[in-house]
Amino acid sequence: MGERYEMLLVRYGEIGLKGQNRHYFEAALVRNIKRTLKPLGRCRVERSHGRIFVHLPEGVRAADGARLLGRVFGVVSVSPVLRVPLELEAVKEAGLELLREAARGGAVTFKVSARRSNKSFPLTSMELNRELGAHILRKVQGLSVDVHEPEVELTVEVRSDYVYLSAAAFPGPGGLPVGTSGKGLLLLSGGIDSPVAGWMTMKRGVDVAAIHFDSYPLTSERARQKVVDLARVLAGYRGGVYPLFISYFTSIQKALQRSCPEELRITLMRRMMFRIAEGLAERRGALVLVTGESVGQVASQTLESIRVINEVVNLPVLRPLAGMDKEEITRKAQEIGTYDISIRPYEDCCTLFVPRRPATRPHRDKVLAAEAELPIEELVEEALEKTELMIVRAEI
Amino acid sequence: MSLEIYLDNSATTRVHPRVAEVMMRCFTEQYGNPSSLHTMGAGAERSLEEAREVVARYLGVSPSEVYFTSGGTEGNNMVLRGGCAARRSWGRHLITTAVEHPSVLRTCQALEEEGWEVTYLPVDRQGRIDPEDLGRALREDTALVSVMMVNNEVGSLQPVEAIGEILKGRTGRRPLFHVDAVQAVGKLPLRPSDWGVDALTASGHKFHGPKGVGFLYLRQGVEVSPLMTGGEQERGLRPGTENVPGAVGLARALELSLEEFDARAVAALRDLLVSSVLEGAPDAVWNGYPEGAPHIANISFPGVSGEMMVHHLAEAGVYVSTGSACSSRKPTSHVLEAMGLEEELLQGALRFSLSAETTEADVRRAAAVVVEVYRELKELFGRG
Repeated sequence: MGERYEMLLVRYGEIGLKGQNRHYFEAALVRNIKRTLKPLGRCRVERSHGRIFVHLPEGVRAADGARLLGRVFGVVSVSPVLRVPLELEAVKEAGLELLREAARGGAVTFKVSARRSNKSFPLTSMELNRELGAHILRKVQGLSVDVHEPEVELTVEVRSDYVYLSAAAFPGPGGLPVGTSGKGLLLLSGGIDSPVAGWMTMKRGVDVAAIHFDSYPLTSERARQKVVDLARVLAGYRGGVYPLFISYFTSIQKALQRSCPEELRITLMRRMMFRIAEGLAERRGALVLVTGESVGQVASQTLESIRVINEVVNLPVLRPLAGMDKEEITRKAQEIGTYDISIRPYEDCCTLFVPRRPATRPHRDKVLAAEAELPIEELVEEALEKTELMIVRAEI
Repeated sequence: MSLEIYLDNSATTRVHPRVAEVMMRCFTEQYGNPSSLHTMGAGAERSLEEAREVVARYLGVSPSEVYFTSGGTEGNNMVLRGGCAARRSWGRHLITTAVEHPSVLRTCQALEEEGWEVTYLPVDRQGRIDPEDLGRALREDTALVSVMMVNNEVGSLQPVEAIGEILKGRTGRRPLFHVDAVQAVGKLPLRPSDWGVDALTASGHKFHGPKGVGFLYLRQGVEVSPLMTGGEQERGLRPGTENVPGAVGLARALELSLEEFDARAVAALRDLLVSSVLEGAPDAVWNGYPEGAPHIANISFPGVSGEMMVHHLAEAGVYVSTGSACSSRKPTSHVLEAMGLEEELLQGALRFSLSAETTEADVRRAAAVVVEVYRELKELFGRG
């Protein structure tokens, strides 16, 4: 192969706009890319002219690398790229190879988009387009040129050192590199919503860890496994590892069951969860809590409920799903790969203890009166003490 | 102290160490393929045939009427689907009960989609069908009758002999009579040929044998079309290289069960369990009767969730289940529903299943834990 060389071209958008901080964001993106690709072996990652090039270890298929990078926030798109010397014959051969592959994949129309930043290359962009297009039409049966809506766009960049060719771009998730916006803590249940909320917050550059409230043996061990599997999916968007805190919630659940009025049980339960989450967030240096609440979806998510629940914490609470419908959330969950896990039939503590008629407008005075019966601080302290950290690894 | 008490033997049993021992020899020493012509093959074939004889002796049938399968589900599918296929020219009706295992019920539903009609016989509060109902349901085009011997969730016994009598008395075309005996083998004496049973199915792991092996008794001359095509193994009815270690393990487990499973002693333990639980929890309800299968006791604990009970008991080292293991992720049991239990009793039902290894101390301790857990959860969750 000698001259021929496969690599990945990573395009990023938004961080380009971040002015003075641009360097900081780019460095974070490079770091996250390296972490994500680690399972494939040692990769060299370099920045150049507002793009990132990834040199894959020998024997690694560019498509595998592209698939992993499709989950790195900050990445707008990823293209497998062939790099060839500044020679027309080499460029034609590489272009042909890429189009043959696209034709095998069912493509019928194409166009060539050449860009020549190296003016010493003998052909202009227009000439390259014509020369390459004609070459490909001669050699590959069944292809035709469509300059307006081609199924495949062969991009050719003539740089000072090499020529770079690419015929496919896989979309990335966009957003900001995880870690560039500080830390957050997600309240993760086994449901459909909270993993999506975590994902959306991570997309804005927040390094989100999760806390899960485990009520075993009131709930099943399988409910806990479900949360671990959700964290495994989220880990794929966080460079391969995800910190999941499992908090012991059983004695709180029992205390609430014993002593609080049925219609207020969910409100009180959520208040306890928020307190514990804030305690952990402060120990971890997290600046925000994140929940999967969507306004009006269930009784605990009316504005009245949200207010009464929210008031027990000082940290800001991000609710990225606030304005989304169930259908939108479901679609997003399917897209990011958490949906099939979330719909496994094991109950989590939210579904099991739902009162027959939960209060949709929990009265603050009644809530306070009910809590007066409980040793709140002790319970929170116990839950925090019995919280365990699990480092969950992504599937490759 | 972590003392584990396993009372989920109707889900599966511990493989008897002596069973594991004989199987180990099959895996590592006598590992030949029974179809091979050489000495190793002949040795494996001999082991397989000896295993077949053990099963045949237990059932009082000829070894040529015993086929090894992969377990109860496969056996039931073979008989139902294969039996219907062989009677397609004249039959279009099946009879079964409302309380069968999913491997029978779901297969019947699939056959309904193919155009067969199925009568599901109702059961009484004890989970038993009335043979007269069966007599009334019989039609000229009834191709197959499938009734389980022992119900896997509640331990009720079906009147297999009486059904056999009814079918024997019929003139004209006789339907194939199938008995799912998965929960009966190794525990009760079975005489299929005396009872007019044409096909009987079983699974090795329910009596301390390995998972992945079972057997089918098919009376000489009864036609069942094979589901799979392949070699001539198991007389072409069940092609595929024989699971020799499984068959050998199953046979050893069956022999050991006949020595070690004392139905009267196990029934006494079951009664002790039921009476101790009911004494500590007077509002609990036993969904069974004294003459039922000796090793199964289904008890409802009103006002609590059976699943929550299962997890609490597991934490205390007592393993039970909410229904049959295969379907316990469904909210409630189709068996208890068919028996007409009230909603509250459906939600809080637990199945305790004993084995020859269960001791009196196990039962006493388990009963005490159950009562304690029930009291705690009832205090927490009891509504009304």
